[in-house]
Amino acid sequence: MNDVRIKIAMQSGTTAGIAVAKNLEAAGRADKSAWPAKLGWSLAGWTIFVLAWHLVTLHNKISDIPTPMQTWAALAEILEQGVLWKNVVASVFRVAWGFAIAALVGIPLGILMGWYPLSRKLLNPVVQGLRPISPIAWLPIAVTLFGGSDWLIDASDKSAIFLIFLSSFFPIVTATTAAVATIERKFLRSAANFGVTGLDLFRRVILPAAMPQILTGLRLALGIAWVVVVAAEMLGVSSGLGFQVNDARNMLRNDWVTAAMVIIALIGLALDYGISSITSATLARRGVDQR
Amino acid sequence: MTASTKIFIRDVFKSFGTKKGDVHVLDGVNLDVREGEFLAIVGPSGCGKSTLLNCMAAFEHITRGSIQIDGVEVDEPTKKRVFVFQETGIFPWMSVWDNIGFGVDEPDFEKKHEHVMKYIHLVGLEGFEKSFPAELSGGMKQRVEFARALAVDPDVLYLDEPFGALDAFTRLEMRREIVRIWRETKKTVILVTHDVEEALELADRVAVMTRRPATIHSVIDNPMSRPRDCDTDDFRDRKHAIFKILGVERRV
Repeated sequence: MNDVRIKIAMQSGTTAGIAVAKNLEAAGRADKSAWPAKLGWSLAGWTIFVLAWHLVTLHNKISDIPTPMQTWAALAEILEQGVLWKNVVASVFRVAWGFAIAALVGIPLGILMGWYPLSRKLLNPVVQGLRPISPIAWLPIAVTLFGGSDWLIDASDKSAIFLIFLSSFFPIVTATTAAVATIERKFLRSAANFGVTGLDLFRRVILPAAMPQILTGLRLALGIAWVVVVAAEMLGVSSGLGFQVNDARNMLRNDWVTAAMVIIALIGLALDYGISSITSATLARRGVDQR
Repeated sequence: MTASTKIFIRDVFKSFGTKKGDVHVLDGVNLDVREGEFLAIVGPSGCGKSTLLNCMAAFEHITRGSIQIDGVEVDEPTKKRVFVFQETGIFPWMSVWDNIGFGVDEPDFEKKHEHVMKYIHLVGLEGFEKSFPAELSGGMKQRVEFARALAVDPDVLYLDEPFGALDAFTRLEMRREIVRIWRETKKTVILVTHDVEEALELADRVAVMTRRPATIHSVIDNPMSRPRDCDTDDFRDRKHAIFKILGVERRV
């Protein structure tokens, strides 16, 4: 509907007509951002969740499942203890390294596999075969591989980073391969028609055409990486949020466990918000709606 | 082949290998396209007219026969002959300006800007050079695609049902627009369409293609003065002649 009005305004050919067209476009985009309503709904959802949590844990001790109030108090406690910050940094550090290496290896490999059918036929079965293996199952292998050397970074960190790498690598490579392999033929034909080949073709057509799906793959991978880091840190390391959860459990302080879980959720949300705001600017221009 | 023949198509065969065996699409196509003319190729959907156009653009290769342009066998896509896609082939990740300048090799930015702006004016998109395709209507996107094609100053424009995805009003307007551009630039234009009226409204000559495996049944001269009135007996007679060749019963 808006389209037709833009067209009519545009056809009037005047500056005013164009201004009207642009305003209509802006209004069309503004429609989507009814954020107060969105915030209201999320708050309502959370209220129901916390209320339900409160009701099922009523009169519990801290060694049972803690209540929301006990969790809140514990949150204040662990914030005061001072180790929380150190653990957050340790976890984020591992995710950052693992994720960055996965992107650096996964995106080029995905482009290769997407562009050359032969490399896809050769490598994709291997990638898809390794993908279903839980990164946690790789832990003994990781320790054997990296356990001996504290070069550059700590050996235990290296194993954790390796697990994060594995967990983000597969979604990134799979998304990139699919993105490049399914680039619309008319875009490639257009490029050929205008004599754009080689590195230029890659930079101006292949990469931007594949970008939305690559970004989706990166976002997915970061989410998985954050889930996996906590699990990885329960084994063989003495820092990080996973360690914090395990440590609290060993002290029979389930309230500290749930408090750490709250922190894990908040950082996970922040990471997702960060990567989606980096990507949504690119995608919005192209009319791709995120969320 | 006369001096004014731009594109020379002789005994062209094209088949695709599929799981069920070879599908013959083009079955001995012959056609001459004259320099600077507006030629339409009409035929039923799926008859192979788009395949013929793709072969003329060297996006696909013929199985047998010969397609020569300016006396040279067609081999690879080139900027001298630009293809306008059925549902716009402009790039959604580029602004209108970047799209139109896509094929323009001009290292000097000022010169390139001047050149791109010239074509933005030609298609009437002033003020939209920084917009992205997602912000434009179907007709405006089609204008961007025409400008992108014209900006490299090709000899030949291949139009593959370029108005198919537009609403009726925009389609009318775009037809007027393409005739204006063709008359201003004097390019050879080849339009593929299944719309007989569209073909007669736009083209100097109309080549009628039969069902697959396709040949050109006949080429109908359409010498009407422009701007054209399509509500004349003459126009209707030609339309009915084409329907007859295509074996279409025109009464519902």
